Amino acid sequence: MSERTHATPAGADRTDTQTGGRHVAVPRQRAGRRAKPPLSENKRAERKLGWLLCAPAALVMLAVTAYPILYSVWLSLQRFDLRFPAEREFIGLQNYVTVLTNEFWWTAFGVTMLITVVTVAVELVLGMGLALVMHRTLVGRGIVRTAALIPYGIVTVVAAFSWRYAWTPGTGYLANVFSDGAPLTERASSLAIIMLAEIWKTTPFMALLLMAGLALVPEDLLKAASTDGATAWQRFTKVMLPVMKPAILVALLFRTLDAFRVFDNIYVLTAGANETSSVSMIAYNNLIRGLNLGIGSTMSVLIFITVAIIAFVFVKLFGTAAPGSDDGERR
Amino acid sequence: MADTTTRAKLRWGLLDVVVVVFALIPVLWIMSLSFKTPATLTDGKFIPQEWTLDNYRTIFATDQFVRALVNSIGIALIATVIAVVLGAMAAYAISRLDFPGKRLLVGVSLLIAMFPQVSLVSPLFEIERQLGLFDTWPGLILPYITFALPLAIYTLSAFFKQIPWDLEKAAKMDGATQGQAFRRVIAPLAAPGLFTTAILVFIFCWNDFLFAISLTSTERSRTVPVALSFFTGESQFEDPTGAICAAAVVITIPIILFVLFFQRRIVSGLTSGAVKG
Repeated sequence: MSERTHATPAGADRTDTQTGGRHVAVPRQRAGRRAKPPLSENKRAERKLGWLLCAPAALVMLAVTAYPILYSVWLSLQRFDLRFPAEREFIGLQNYVTVLTNEFWWTAFGVTMLITVVTVAVELVLGMGLALVMHRTLVGRGIVRTAALIPYGIVTVVAAFSWRYAWTPGTGYLANVFSDGAPLTERASSLAIIMLAEIWKTTPFMALLLMAGLALVPEDLLKAASTDGATAWQRFTKVMLPVMKPAILVALLFRTLDAFRVFDNIYVLTAGANETSSVSMIAYNNLIRGLNLGIGSTMSVLIFITVAIIAFVFVKLFGTAAPGSDDGERR
Repeated sequence: MADTTTRAKLRWGLLDVVVVVFALIPVLWIMSLSFKTPATLTDGKFIPQEWTLDNYRTIFATDQFVRALVNSIGIALIATVIAVVLGAMAAYAISRLDFPGKRLLVGVSLLIAMFPQVSLVSPLFEIERQLGLFDTWPGLILPYITFALPLAIYTLSAFFKQIPWDLEKAAKMDGATQGQAFRRVIAPLAAPGLFTTAILVFIFCWNDFLFAISLTSTERSRTVPVALSFFTGESQFEDPTGAICAAAVVITIPIILFVLFFQRRIVSGLTSGAVKG
């Protein structure tokens, strides 16, 4: 059935772009399926087995995401505060008006956007450097890769505590060196520390995704470029980057959406003090601290829509083919 | 020529050192804090001047931490097993069988990989309260499985595509059904891939904070990352820093062991599969 021996993300992407697959995450039935000979016994058994094997995974995923998000839309149309359950009623879009005219929401939105843009940009540069080191270093490749996996694997809350204590006046090795105040009590420095913590934690992930793309760059091509007198920088921009483009776009898409969810670091580092809350943080606060399900759900829906828009823009602008989306087509 | 390679090696070696230091400093710092005595805790020195194991004794003596550790291990293990089994079934179908709806499944799992988890917190909170799942193990295991599945499916399909499938054909020729071919021939070959996926999924579950803090309210099901954020020390006058750091080191140990022993597998798992999840 399948002649392919390995699945590489970039390879997959290219296949998809060639077939003009602009639709990405949501595959449609292909026109090619129209005229089909009647199914053989074997074929039918294969279909049945395929559905049987996929059903449990599909059911769990839908039950825990699709149903709650729809339920969340329903909740967002109600006044529903668990502290005053008697006042529960349907109020249409009132909650959306409340949230969208609230300056805390927009501050959090701005903070989230700022963190997303800055960290993803820095991570792309650092991650590319790290990927090059992990891929090409002449000595200690195993050590570098092992070390780089530690930030990826470590519990975010643990890393956040480490950064918090590092910047606590008196206790911390960094606080004493870099500042005389308490950096986690001021807005700008707090945000900088949150971004530092995020970058430290997720650069290795970005680097691993980029390394997968780097592995696709043909060695011969680099050698040829080198023989033709291309400098290291030219080899990087003219040879490596074009080959890696699909991998870069996938890495950017995943990291952008991931960065937009920032929560753990902020919770531990500042708990949202001094206007450092992200949208996840205030949605959480409205729900758990405020017990306001109506407003909390409204924010949930708004965050979901924002993420959907970001994903859509990425796909439209850059034609990022979702990895694996052409799986069905390949075989 | 020999000279240039030595110089190149030195340059790469230097870069290696930068990477290793950058990656390890926060980890070493929290370890250092966990070994400091209360008196030297706030001296701001990177290396402890006086070493003690008291912080570790303290946390293992408190029910709060031990209970959370049991919860963390239990929840992460159960979620990992279920996610890997369901993921393996789906991945096998995706990489081997032809059936309508396959692309849809791949698309859906991709969407879930990018799903903003906080959007589920409010509705799940209410749903689980009604179903009696709030603050229970299954209440956390379910969302963990859901978000681990895309990762498992992508990683496993990438592994499954590298298996020599002719063996399966041979088995079928010898009279095995498709199901038997899966269990007897392919599953043993797929074991390394399953194992790598299990590590990645376990790390994900072990790491989670948002679901754990939103969907639990007592020690019954609170996991360690959440317990850490609630640590206050024995009395309100006691600084919990040492205890928090000791607990943080304890839950970091399994990750460091995984990374040390299975570095190659984790890298290959992430680069072949998790690129996609």
